[in-house]
Order: sequence, then C-alpha cells, then structure tokens
Amino acid sequence: MAVNVAALRSQIETALAGRLPAPFTYRRVQVETTPFNIPEIDKLTGGLPQGSLTEISGPFSSGRAALLLSALASRTAHAHVCALVDGRDTFDPNSAEAAGVKLEQLLWVRCRNIDQCLQATDLLLQGGGFGLIAVDLSILPPKTVRYVPLNVWFRFRRAVENTSTILLLLDQEANAGSCASLVLRLGLGCSRWAALPAQRTFSPANSCACLFDGSQVQVELARSRLNSAIGSNKVQSFGRMNETSLVTNFRTKAKWSDFREKSIETK
Amino acid sequence: MAFASIYVPDFSIQAVVRAEPVLRQQPIALTDGSPPLEKVVALNEAAAKAGLGLDMTKSQARQFLSIAIRPRSRAQELATHAALLDLGWSISPRVEDTAVDSIVVDLTGLVSLFGPEKTIASLLAQRASDLGLIVHVAVSSNLEVALHAARGFPGITVIPPGEESNRLGELSIQVFLPSAEMSETLERWGVRTCEALAKLPVLELSERLGQQGVQLHQWASGASLRSMILAEPKLCFEEEMALEYAVEELEPLAFLLGRLLDQLCARLSARSLSACALRLRFALDKSSENESLSPQIPNGRWDEKKTLFYEKILTLPVPMRDSKMLLRLLRLHLQSDPPSAPIVHVFMAADPAAPRVKQEGLFLPSAPDPEKLELTMARLANLVGDSNVGSPRLMDSHRPDAFQMSRFLPSHNGPEVRQTNIGVPEERGPIAAFRVFRPAPRARVTLREGRPVHISFPGMHGQVAAASGPWRTSGEWWREDQWQGEEWDVEVHRPVSSANTIENSSSVEPQKGIYRIYYDAMRQAWFVAGMYD
Repeated sequence: MAVNVAALRSQIETALAGRLPAPFTYRRVQVETTPFNIPEIDKLTGGLPQGSLTEISGPFSSGRAALLLSALASRTAHAHVCALVDGRDTFDPNSAEAAGVKLEQLLWVRCRNIDQCLQATDLLLQGGGFGLIAVDLSILPPKTVRYVPLNVWFRFRRAVENTSTILLLLDQEANAGSCASLVLRLGLGCSRWAALPAQRTFSPANSCACLFDGSQVQVELARSRLNSAIGSNKVQSFGRMNETSLVTNFRTKAKWSDFREKSIETK
Repeated sequence: MAFASIYVPDFSIQAVVRAEPVLRQQPIALTDGSPPLEKVVALNEAAAKAGLGLDMTKSQARQFLSIAIRPRSRAQELATHAALLDLGWSISPRVEDTAVDSIVVDLTGLVSLFGPEKTIASLLAQRASDLGLIVHVAVSSNLEVALHAARGFPGITVIPPGEESNRLGELSIQVFLPSAEMSETLERWGVRTCEALAKLPVLELSERLGQQGVQLHQWASGASLRSMILAEPKLCFEEEMALEYAVEELEPLAFLLGRLLDQLCARLSARSLSACALRLRFALDKSSENESLSPQIPNGRWDEKKTLFYEKILTLPVPMRDSKMLLRLLRLHLQSDPPSAPIVHVFMAADPAAPRVKQEGLFLPSAPDPEKLELTMARLANLVGDSNVGSPRLMDSHRPDAFQMSRFLPSHNGPEVRQTNIGVPEERGPIAAFRVFRPAPRARVTLREGRPVHISFPGMHGQVAAASGPWRTSGEWWREDQWQGEEWDVEVHRPVSSANTIENSSSVEPQKGIYRIYYDAMRQAWFVAGMYD
C-alpha cells in the first residue's frame, strides 16, 4: 500500500511538473510583523503578526493595557489607521497619548456589552483598511467572553487573513483557541513604589513621598505560529508550552516616572 | 458659429415622470387648480389617444382607469429646469435660458473637444437621458432656427448653413407659438406651414399683422438674427417632492430619497462636481393632534409659515457622488434620529464641491476608503450611539478624564505623518496604562491614621498593601460641576481565604490590582477612578 501511495504521489508530481513545483510540499507563508516596541516582547514573539489574530490574556493590572497602547503607538506612528473596540468604555486617552498613540489616527468605539463589541468588530472588519483593530474585552467577566462561540473568532480570523490588519484581542482568559496565531499570557509581578521600603510597609509621615512607579509584568508565550526571532520554524502550542517555557519580563513605568527621574537628577 | 437648442416636449409631464420613472411608458395626465375645480392641464400622447382631453375635470379624468392622474408640481418643474440648465453647462459655459422648456447652447470651439456637431447633439441627448429627460436637440448656425427646429423636429436635427428656410419650411407655424388671434388669422388665410408663411410678401403682411407678423415671417424664412442672452451659471442643486399621502415608515421614504438622490447625483455628475454635504428637510404632517403635541416633538420645528418641519444635515468627510452610498448613509442617520411625524414633503439639497482626486502611493500604508469608512462610522453610530464613536481629543483642562469625542477624520496624507515620525519607535518604554471606570463606582474605604487600609467596591475588596497619596486636586470652582478631592494610588490584595474559595477560583474577581481611588469632597464619598493595567 505504501509503495502504491509513493508511486501515486510520484505520478501526480510528474504530471503536474511545470505547473505546480511541489504539490505535496507545505508552503509556509511568510508573515509580516509589527513590533510592540518593547524589546523583551519583540524578542520573544517576533512582533505582532499582520493578517492574524493575536490574543493577550491576563488578570487585572497585569499590563494588558500597556501592551495594547504600545501596539497602538507602534501602528499609528507609521500612519496606520487603528480602531479600538472598547468593551466597557475604560480606555484612557491621556494614557494613550503618553504612550505615543496618535489619537487622531484612532477610531474609538465605546461599547456597553459584548454583543455590541462583536458587532462593531464585524463592521470594522467589513470596512477594511485598518492597520490594527483591537478588541478589548479584558474588563468584561470571563464567563461572558467564554460564551462567545468559537466560530466568531474563526470568522474574525478569516476576515483579516491576507490583509495587513492586525486583530488584537484582550481578555482575562484565552478564548480564541487555535484561531489565534499568537497568544500571550500575562501575569502581574510586583509593583514598584518609589521611596517605599522593600517590606511594603510605610509610615504615615512619608506617604506623600511615596509614588507609584510602575510594575513588573511577566509574559508567557502560549502560542505562536510565526518563524520568530526566538527560533526557526517554531510552531508552539499549548501542549508544548510547558516543555519550552517561553517566559520573559518587562517593566512598565508610570507617566510621571521620567519627570521624577529628571527632577532627582537636577537636584 | 453654431448653436444647439435643447427642447423638452411635454415639460410638465416630464417633470413629474422624472421623479417617478415608472410612469414613462404609461398614459398620464396632470391636474391643476384648487379643489374641487381641478382640471387637466397637461397630458401625454398615450393619454390623448385614450380619449382624455385638456380642461376636463379631475373627476372626469378619473373615469379613465388606465390613466395615471398626478397633480402638477411647480417645484419639480423648477428642479427640472435647473437640470436642463445643468445639461447645457455640462458642455459649454455659454448657455441661454430661453424658456422653461428650452435652452440654447453655444457650440463655438466645442468641435475640437467633442467632435462634429451631430456627435455633440447626441452627447447632449444622452446626458439628458441620464438626467431623466427625453429632449429634442437641433443644431444650426442661426440661433432662432435652432430654437424653432428643436420645437418642431423630434430627436436630433442638424441643419447645415444655407438650408435653414428649406428645413423650417415643412414645420407648422405653431412652433413659433403665435397668439391665438394671429393663429386664427393665419388659419383663415390657409397659411399653416413655415414655407407658406415665408412666401407671403413682407410689406403686406406688415400692413395686416403688424410687427408681430414681420417677425413671424423672418423666423419662417430663417433670416432672423439676434444675440445670445447668457445665463449666469448657478451652483444650486436642489430637488423636492410633494407627496400625495404622508409617509410614515423609513422603507418607502428611502425609496423616495433614492429617486431624489439619483437626480441630484446625475446633475452633479453633469457639472463634474460632487456633494460635500446633503441638506434634508421634511415637512411633517401637522394634523390637529400633532399640532397640539408639537411642542413635545423632539426633532420637529415650526417655520415662519407655520409648517412643522424636520431638518438634517449630512456632512461628508470627502466629496461623494455615489447615490447608493449616500442613500445608505441617509438611511442610517434617519434610523438613529427618525422624524417624529409622517412626512408630506421632501426637500433635498447638495452642497457642491470639487470631486476627490487621489492617487494611492506605493509606499503608503493602506487606509480605509473614506466613503466606506463613513458608512462604517454611520453603522457604528447606529449600533453604539453617535456620541460613542469617534476620535478622542484631549481638552486643555486639569479635570480628570477630560476629553471630547470628535469626528474621526484620519489623516490620509501618509508622507506628512511619516515625516514627523521618522525614527519611530520613540524610546518611551511601556507605560503603566490607566483604565478609567465610567462612571466611577462608589467605594467603602477604611482609614487608619488618615491612610486607606481596606477598600471594598463592586468587583474587589481587600487590604491596601501599598498606597501613595493624598494628591489633592480641585478646579473650576466657578462652575456648578467643580471638582475637589484627594486621590490615592493603592495596591489592593484580596484576602487569601476569599481568593481561594471555589466560587471565586474562575478569576471573576481579581486577586490583586492597582487602583486609583479618590475622596470627592463635594459629594463626601469615596470613588474608584480606575485601574492601572
């Protein structure tokens, strides 16, 4: 039987020679990526894949919005038009501007529930031409997002395929499954407080000197279909994740951190 | 030098048929006058063949079941006349507005642009057809001959120089629209054609019919000469339609709007223009009940003629001329803000602008097509509300969360944006982004020595592990909505016991988080402004 299959394959290849160079060889499509502008993440993932669905999941205060703003800043800086479907109307334009997002290039859709989010995403994908469409479901209860049928994510993925649009999904738990080309799982590390003793105890006298300075974010690469910088032809899956343990950390800093550092240097 | 005259036969009928194209192949009659004395004032050939005549009363006309009876519409006649002028200006700036149903176009210098005169006449007929009009076009080197030939000969007529009197000879003298008395006199003489009239001696004709007779003789012999009286080009694109029955639903209204938009877009196209804004005005049905309720009608207003009307202005981000796209936009806007009473009259005007000319750059990022983007925006506004779609614009204020939603108009000028960003990425590093809770939930905060030690609000409760504050803020004391408060950044940890329970293990409630809370001195309560994420 095996011989017959090999013979048949050879026969077909011969018949198609000149028209199809290698009919039975899987052709890996080279995916273009856009950097997050966070060196640690870019090194880990190779960037945001265009024409694909990227999912970032994590609990509250785990740096999901920081990654979102970095992605938006990176995309709008290159004159791409971006859209944000805001699941609970929690987007902060001040933070976005501080992160370098060009607000005039950003279409903000403020939704009230998940149905509106999904419909708005559908409309934006049909409209086409966006450089990045971010669907922020991270404040919605995980149970609600879990009930979104898988075919919705398949449909979204199909809509962005063969385009330069990045579809970015933010939630508390990974829900898109195999529809996502890149899945990042975030975890909150320790927060940093300027002029705060290491034991996290403070005295009332110095409370005004204490300042939130940012936090440490742990990032785990849960899935990647990219030929990324971390290795050649690497196709990661959830099952193999434990073996390879692709984890990195990056630091976020508060808006006023630069100002505080400069003022300390001046003094 | 040549002139083309364009004549619209059965002008009143065509004005109505233009707005209702299904009537084109049907017998139709127009009535005018105040009820109940309405009489037939115009009818087409099919209606005349069916036996209908002018001056019949409306009730008599209604006996002919196969004939469509419509009221004469002066508004549509005006719009049709404007469309006729647009047709003339579409090929030449030199146009004479001769009569309501006739114009004359100077063709001097156009042969090199459009081809021979017959081609120009065909082009004019074609463009008239696009505007919903069936016209007669006559070309002659004599203006009056062109004018009369257009009235007399159907279709396209080109009269070579020197053959004016020969060609006009076969026409009836009725093309000169003589007075009833003159017409009767000539009929009594047996003079019915231009040829017969041209053969009469001028002197004797002058003695019997006066100067009017001499002018008719000159017209009949093709010898009349006069200068063109140029019409001043106008950029006024308006269409309106009076409805026999009030329209209550969007679907039939969209059908009527589609017709008006088709006409407007055809006129804009004839002038090589697009619309940058559409102004819509509906006269609403002011029945006695509505009149009493009108102060409560949210989007209805009364004008100086005591007409209840509804107005909507659709401003377009880029000039457009696609009637289907414009209709979709109008429908979406009307869906989100429908008129609150039935509609009896529709008026639509387009603000003209030069059409958008754009060439895509090879090295520019793709951007949404402006027309499609506008449609997407309208659909999104319909879905989430007009105020919830747009681009955020920061305000020059210290008030927390001070921003405005502005209309989303992305820059399509890629190179300029790129030039200002050469060298991206900017070395800022990721910032601890803030998420704003809108509206801010009320919190219960336990203080110890003036510092928060425990906090509880919907979705989170726990010990404060770290805190920074108070950061006092206040402003705009002269306004009613002044603010004054103390802000704290706090890291909240949920107690281990409650975090580990089975019902909470699905991370519905977070285990820890960094929040910004504030004490509102005006309302004397604690609130959660948002979360660092």
